[in-house]
Amino acid sequence: MTLASLSALGIVTAAVVFILAFLAHVAEWAALRGVDDGASVGTVPAQAVLVGAARVGAGSAGQEPADGGPEVSRDAGDVAVTRAETWGRMGLNLTVIGAICQLVGVVCRGLAAHRAPWGNMYEFVTTALLFVVIAYLVLMTRQNVRWLGIGVTALMAIGDGLAATVLYVGIAPLVPALHSVWFVVHIVAACLAAAALNVGAIASILFLVKSRAEHRAERTGTPIRGFLARVPDCRSIDNLAYRAHAFGFPIWTFTIAAGSIWAEYAWGRFWGWDPKETWSLVTWVIYAGYLHARATAGWRGTRAAIVAIIGIAAFWFNFVGVNLFISGLHSYAGI
Amino acid sequence: MAEHDITTSPDAAGAATPDNPRKRRTPVLGFRATMRWLWGQLTSMRTALVLLFLLAAAAIPGSLIPQTASGAVKVSDFAKAHPTLDRIYRPLGLYHVYTSTVFSAIYLLLFISLIGCIIPRITAHIRALRRQPPRTPARLDRLPEHGEALVVADQGEREEVTARARAWLRSRHYRTALDPDGSVRAERGLYRETGNLVFHVFLVVVLIAIGWNTLWGYKGSAVVVEGQGFSNNITQFDDFHAGALVDTDSLTPFSLVLKKFTVKFETGPVQRGAAREFSADVTVTRDGSASEHNLQVNHPLSLGTTKVHLLGHGYAPVVKVTDGNGRVAFQGPVAFVPQDGNFSSTGVIKVPDARPDRLAFQGFFLPTTQIGATGPVSVFPDAYNPQLFLNAWYGKPIAETGTPQNLYVLDTTGLTQVSEKGQKVSFALKPGQGYKLPGGQGSIEFTGYQRWTKIQVSHSPGLPLLFGSILIAVAGLCVSLFTRPRRMWLRITTAAGPGGGQRDDAIRVQVGGLDRADARAGLDEDVADLLAAACGQLPRNSGHDDEDGAPGLAGGDTVTGFTGEEDS
Ligand code: HEM
Repeated sequence: MTLASLSALGIVTAAVVFILAFLAHVAEWAALRGVDDGASVGTVPAQAVLVGAARVGAGSAGQEPADGGPEVSRDAGDVAVTRAETWGRMGLNLTVIGAICQLVGVVCRGLAAHRAPWGNMYEFVTTALLFVVIAYLVLMTRQNVRWLGIGVTALMAIGDGLAATVLYVGIAPLVPALHSVWFVVHIVAACLAAAALNVGAIASILFLVKSRAEHRAERTGTPIRGFLARVPDCRSIDNLAYRAHAFGFPIWTFTIAAGSIWAEYAWGRFWGWDPKETWSLVTWVIYAGYLHARATAGWRGTRAAIVAIIGIAAFWFNFVGVNLFISGLHSYAGI
Repeated sequence: MAEHDITTSPDAAGAATPDNPRKRRTPVLGFRATMRWLWGQLTSMRTALVLLFLLAAAAIPGSLIPQTASGAVKVSDFAKAHPTLDRIYRPLGLYHVYTSTVFSAIYLLLFISLIGCIIPRITAHIRALRRQPPRTPARLDRLPEHGEALVVADQGEREEVTARARAWLRSRHYRTALDPDGSVRAERGLYRETGNLVFHVFLVVVLIAIGWNTLWGYKGSAVVVEGQGFSNNITQFDDFHAGALVDTDSLTPFSLVLKKFTVKFETGPVQRGAAREFSADVTVTRDGSASEHNLQVNHPLSLGTTKVHLLGHGYAPVVKVTDGNGRVAFQGPVAFVPQDGNFSSTGVIKVPDARPDRLAFQGFFLPTTQIGATGPVSVFPDAYNPQLFLNAWYGKPIAETGTPQNLYVLDTTGLTQVSEKGQKVSFALKPGQGYKLPGGQGSIEFTGYQRWTKIQVSHSPGLPLLFGSILIAVAGLCVSLFTRPRRMWLRITTAAGPGGGQRDDAIRVQVGGLDRADARAGLDEDVADLLAAACGQLPRNSGHDDEDGAPGLAGGDTVTGFTGEEDS
């Protein structure tokens, strides 16, 4: 088997594995449908329950029984929690396998092409996705963020699926405009920023979902049920979203700066309002807006989260839409 | 950071008196008060937010509609293809969005707002840097994180507790001070604001650098055929843009000769025809001395802040034209303009010196010709089967008017197309072939081809400042985003005795902490660690405890109670 076909196989396998991981996480959510978290809601941070459950593993012995709940439903709840736990771990394990396949795909691509694998959209997308899944797994070693899993695996499955079907191009050397250190710096930074901002966006989406649930729970007086009860509280999600964005924003700033230095070398102008450049700036300005929103009364929380989602939409449009729908200097050979 | 939301200035408040409700509803602001109110509004965080979003929104149309600045041809093509849209776009100025009044107004307002916002922040921040950490709040147990411990010790131990607490705080990079009431106050992460201010200030510098570049920079491009030269003089440019303050009579003096241009294309199955290498060997003469250089995409020639870039290339068929009198009226390469990725190129060969009639030829050059269903096409960008396809024109000679003519367009006024037996002639030539025009009007020979390159000469004096300030701004941004501002306080009081009295044998140590802005987690740990360190316990996993333990305080057993969250 050649390196090139090993690379392609890696990405296709990763796509399939991530679909399975996504389904496992869906099953995890579904298993918890309607399960009342009982006493843990509100009093014990949901995250602690998750961690606790993870330690306990398959058995439910360590799970504190909820006070006062009817015996039967509590048992049913325990069974559901255990089942969800199993699905969730399966999702996580599959994600690890998918990440390895993705790594093989990207590395072999570079080895086969004898260059950094960042010459066309297929290569950017697969590399950026590799960074996303690594970011998620690294976060996972620090704190339990498995609640991000459903979003991350969905993104990975869709991204790899599109990469393998729509965007795939054979291996070829770079066009001369891309022969530049600044280009390499620019692309690595872009993929890193992409990973951080995507994780931030997934957290922001979950923030909106969770905060709606929290509001409803407050209004109706009924506790949050199901998977959402096990997602950390709004404040922690918001904090994670902020940290992802705070990490991603300087890198994105640097990405644009490196890109404009590269443009100065390649085309003799650092800025030309090319659609790609314009959309990078638009994205950057939206994220500057996000950081400002968080510091402005009345914009914190929900509105800031919406700004973050608009930001990632602009980011993706720049990544995909501009390459496919608008022609400019950045439209490379073979997409 | 405090917001600058000024809703009513003092003057305005004065105008609206309680016993004059109508006046209050429509407060009459004096001119100065109005201006101050407007300034307050402009420099508020909300306004900055709105202006940021406006800027993002206003930049979008320019990415979807062709822009004159980046391609006038695209604009006219678009206008032809969409006349209805053109009627809407043109009056709205949507073909030059980024120089429009609206766009400029938004970013200028944003930067005025930015300056108005950072100047007071800078003065406030300098004051804060000089000041000691903020005073200890009256009730530490009201803080988001707090803890307290009862230490068995006599009252004389207080100072040692304080000293240990300050040592721990300093080792964690807190600035500490003693409050007048004897409590310890500490703060860290002030550099968050410093970084933030550096970032915003250097955003302004970025704008200044761009402005400088626009006013004092110039840029022009010229087509240079292999073997020919170029000298940096405004008359030699095909197109030229200069900032308002550029003296176009004294451009950086240099000249160059294009000795050889090499180009390689992909011949493999993937991306066949994609460019793989462009390389131009040039001799540059500057201040009387000549030197050899190699120019490539991404490797411009640097002459101080003046740069020479390789922007494009194409083919120049070499022809020899003999006129009706049998004299060679023109000989040499003529640059043709590439039209597609396979370098089908169009061009015009003008021979104004031909006699008795002047001659002109118009047509296209194909580097790798193949005769397809719709006629000849080029199937590869390199020259494997070059052919020249022409038709011919003749007309009365005209005097040189001196008005510049477009080299690539044939103005057919006063010209008649050459025809034979009522058929307009057109002919295809391979290298070495010639064609004799009917009626003895002359002949043309296609001797071969050369390549030409399009070079760009640009002078950008603001670039070092621009990239330097971006770098500093990013550094400031990182400092700002990765610094965690935090405040801590520690207070020692006399422990309450069982009967409501006081205990002489124990002291009560209280610690409180507060995070400013979005600090990370860990405040609770800092509070617990400070408490432990102050009480002489070894803090978890650290060897910061440099005191060798005052008698009666070392060891955990003397700490009688940790009451972490004692909310009442
Ligand atoms: C050119 C437009 C601007 C851009 C691109 C921009 C960008 C940013 C960014 C990225 C941050 C977050 C980084 C940090 O916390 O240090 C920030 C924070 C901040 N900006 Fe701006 N800014 C702009 C204009 C303004 C203006 C006009 C104001 C004044 C109203 C302002 C006030 C602030 C403040 C107070 C913060 C601190 C927020 C916090 O506490 O986290 N900015 N800005």
